[in-house]
Amino acid sequence: MTIERAAEPFLLIRNLIKEFDGVRAVNDVSVAINKGEIFALLGSSGCGKSTLLRMLAGFETPTHGTITLGGKDIVGVPPYQRPINMMFQSYALFPHLSVWDNIAFGLRRDGLPKDEIAARVEQMLSLVQLGAYGKRKPHQLSGGQQQRVALARSLAKRPQLLLLDEPLGALDKKLRERTQMELVGIIEEVGVTCVMVTHDQDEAMSMATRIAVMSEGRILQFGAPGEIYETPNCRFVADFIGSVNLFNGSVSVDEPDHVIIDTPEGRHYVTHGITGTMGMPVSVAVRPEKIALQAEAPTLEQRAVAGEHGYNCVQGVVAGIAYFGNETSYHVQLDGGMVLKATRTNAARHDDSALKRDQRVFAWWDGADVVVLTR
Amino acid sequence: MNFLKNLLTLRWITGRRVVIAVPFLWLTFAFLVPFLIVLRISFTEADNGGNPFGTLMTLVDGVVTLKVKIANYLFIAEDELYALTYLNSLKFAAITAALCLVIGYPFAYFMARAKPTVRPVLLMLVMMPFWTSFLLRIYAWKGILANHGILNNFLISIGAIGEPLHLMNTQFSLIVGMVYAYLPFMILPLYANLVKMDVRFLEAAADLGATPLQAFWRITVPLSKSGIIAGTMLVFIPAVGEYVIPELLGGPETLMIGRQLWDEFFTNNDWPLASSVTVVVILLILVPMAIFNKYKADQEARS
Amino acid sequence: MSNFVQRWFGRGWLSLGYLFLYLPIVVLVVFSFNSSRQDMVWSGFSTQWYAELMNDSEIIGGFGLSLRIALLTAFASVVLGTFAAFVLNRYQRFSGRTLFAGMVSAPLVMPEVIIGLSLLLMLVSVQKLFGFPERGLVTIWLGHTLLGMAYAAVVVQSRLQEMNKSLEEAAMDLGCKPYQVFFLVTLPNIKQALGSAWLLTFTLSLDDVVLSAFLSGPGSSTMPIVIFSRARLGLDPRVNAVAALTILVVSIGVIASSLYIARTERLRQKQVAAAAKG
Repeated sequence: MTIERAAEPFLLIRNLIKEFDGVRAVNDVSVAINKGEIFALLGSSGCGKSTLLRMLAGFETPTHGTITLGGKDIVGVPPYQRPINMMFQSYALFPHLSVWDNIAFGLRRDGLPKDEIAARVEQMLSLVQLGAYGKRKPHQLSGGQQQRVALARSLAKRPQLLLLDEPLGALDKKLRERTQMELVGIIEEVGVTCVMVTHDQDEAMSMATRIAVMSEGRILQFGAPGEIYETPNCRFVADFIGSVNLFNGSVSVDEPDHVIIDTPEGRHYVTHGITGTMGMPVSVAVRPEKIALQAEAPTLEQRAVAGEHGYNCVQGVVAGIAYFGNETSYHVQLDGGMVLKATRTNAARHDDSALKRDQRVFAWWDGADVVVLTR
Repeated sequence: MNFLKNLLTLRWITGRRVVIAVPFLWLTFAFLVPFLIVLRISFTEADNGGNPFGTLMTLVDGVVTLKVKIANYLFIAEDELYALTYLNSLKFAAITAALCLVIGYPFAYFMARAKPTVRPVLLMLVMMPFWTSFLLRIYAWKGILANHGILNNFLISIGAIGEPLHLMNTQFSLIVGMVYAYLPFMILPLYANLVKMDVRFLEAAADLGATPLQAFWRITVPLSKSGIIAGTMLVFIPAVGEYVIPELLGGPETLMIGRQLWDEFFTNNDWPLASSVTVVVILLILVPMAIFNKYKADQEARS
Repeated sequence: MSNFVQRWFGRGWLSLGYLFLYLPIVVLVVFSFNSSRQDMVWSGFSTQWYAELMNDSEIIGGFGLSLRIALLTAFASVVLGTFAAFVLNRYQRFSGRTLFAGMVSAPLVMPEVIIGLSLLLMLVSVQKLFGFPERGLVTIWLGHTLLGMAYAAVVVQSRLQEMNKSLEEAAMDLGCKPYQVFFLVTLPNIKQALGSAWLLTFTLSLDDVVLSAFLSGPGSSTMPIVIFSRARLGLDPRVNAVAALTILVVSIGVIASSLYIARTERLRQKQVAAAAKG
């Protein structure tokens, strides 16, 4: 994200635990969320992200732990007294009220004077570009329009924290891309701190300033999207975000500036040190777009890694090709049995070096493009 | 101890508790208390001293005497009449439910399969008898089935029979009345269920080679199970305790538990006996219901 | 079975079915205009029974009483039934829940004779102890409400279950205290169910014989009680007249509401389709 802001912890979640009938849906989560950032909780269903969000909103009470917003403890404060508003996955627009009344609903509960409410509602309507739709009822709106009303309604009270529950889940693909940008634009314009929950990594990666990957009630890793993608800290995260090839082996050379990992498929030369020991079982993670495929063996110049040869290169047969228009994805059956996934951008309209099925190929990559995972 | 302490502080009165208390208290006074009173009376003896329900406890000279008469229950257990009447009620209710199902299922089925523009009209035509007074519709059958009723007059006038058929106050008239009264109660839940059924299931069946008849028995009927159960319950359960229809259309052979209780109470004035019968009937109904509910709750918890 | 056969079999079955359902109703109405008293033989058109009905104080008085009781019952049943439905739907755990659920639905499965009997015995006991209430309107209303509440609870509960729970959470999120949530969001969204429950319990009360018989006192005979006693003795064309009038009212009501519902549904569909196009 382009906003440069001094990181100012605003929402502090400490050792949060939520138990249902002895099962921990949220298992000791601690994270500090900065003012003005868009923080995404990413995970598949059942990982606890929705429960965590609901605890922030006040619909669930934590079994243990604290939540502090702007210095004030909010655990125990009922949802209608928190300076937090939520945009629901199903939008939850009141079907018996017009768009105007939906947005004004929260303002009326605060007892604001009538003209102030009117001004605020108009402001919100123009923010989401639905100025002419004030009199309509929710069923008279399209899905995208309903979402904008839901957003306007949740921002009307100028909350200190905005919660988004799967914001783009109900939209179709084309609409989703456009809405992503619009949504981020509006949130940044308003400048509100935002926590969103999603199972869609594209959504998280493109919208959030920082992402927390969750599984089984715990946060496995959090950081900026680029960090998470290029430097996953464990196999789960590496595999969850995007695609990844994992070679399992052990450390055979352990130096401060490089390590060598021996795996059944070949030897890997990694151009950075790791915290580990000799012989430790590790996985080498290589992203598909970092792999080069070609029919001939790579030249020495290509394969040279810090003066060493014979590393980071495997051979195999093209087993499957999937053409996506902008890129092509290849599944290569390696001699050792593992299936390697590599992708190639289709930069030119015609590619004479295009690979075919059952063709024998060489796959190789740079030692700097690799991450060693110890768990 | 905590409970009492909280009771004394007003903190006990939360919004939630008030909301629960309102219907709870009403039900306790309107339902539970009467039942307990019936229970108490069932253990007494009918007094001839103008007290239709006897005394259970007397306090004389500092001596509390408890007179619990279980003879009423023994009487019920021994006298065949009550068991027979109850079984009779079950029998007629079952016949009614079965006939309603046989007539009502195809009815609801064809209603559901009609064109979407016609369906609301068909539904409306079933609603009208449903909302019309039960009592009046039963009364109508008296005029039809009586010895000089419409049916007999019609059959005689076309020469089909010479003498009027004795149709009133028979098992036949009772069943006709019961089925007639309860038919909409079977049709409506069945229709609600069948109309929601996805036609694509039948298309899939046809695609896989099933004839329409096979598709009906193997797909439509099983999928409408919940509707069948709902309709059957809606007919069977009230039919067991029905009073008006057996009284107006039934006869000596159609003694049902509703009439039996009424007679016991109003005609014989033996309130303790009527109470005992009541208690027994309640137990006979509530115990299976409780078991059924528990079973349903367990099933839901497991899924 | 070919499509053709199926279609005509269907039409045949439906026709016979409707004939069966409507024959008695038609007979009732037709014979309310019969000039002869006893036999079910048509002997000429006459509206004398309607005229006699106007002077029939027993029936008119009974109708007035029934109407009042039905109105009171409908309101009380809907209020209590909504309470009960709300409690059962929203509060999953509280002590005595099973007993409560059982008591709410028990009147549905118990024969009215039993309910009537139990209530009467309680009323007589209370009367002996406190001297009131006299059996009459209030006592009949009590019994009807007990039964009506059970029906209302079923109707309202099924609607509460369907309703999107997020609506209530959204309301709380926007600043509504729990009781405000109920009045501002829940209630408007179960309006229709409340309406059907009202109609249902109203009709139930208006038509009830057994409970009314047990719980009425001297001079408080509801219309069904009057009709029932006359029906027991034989045929009375004045009853036919009452029936015809009832059928008229019900028909108008059913047709009007069906048309209204169909029209609002059509309008709504058009609006949704228009919205989807943008």
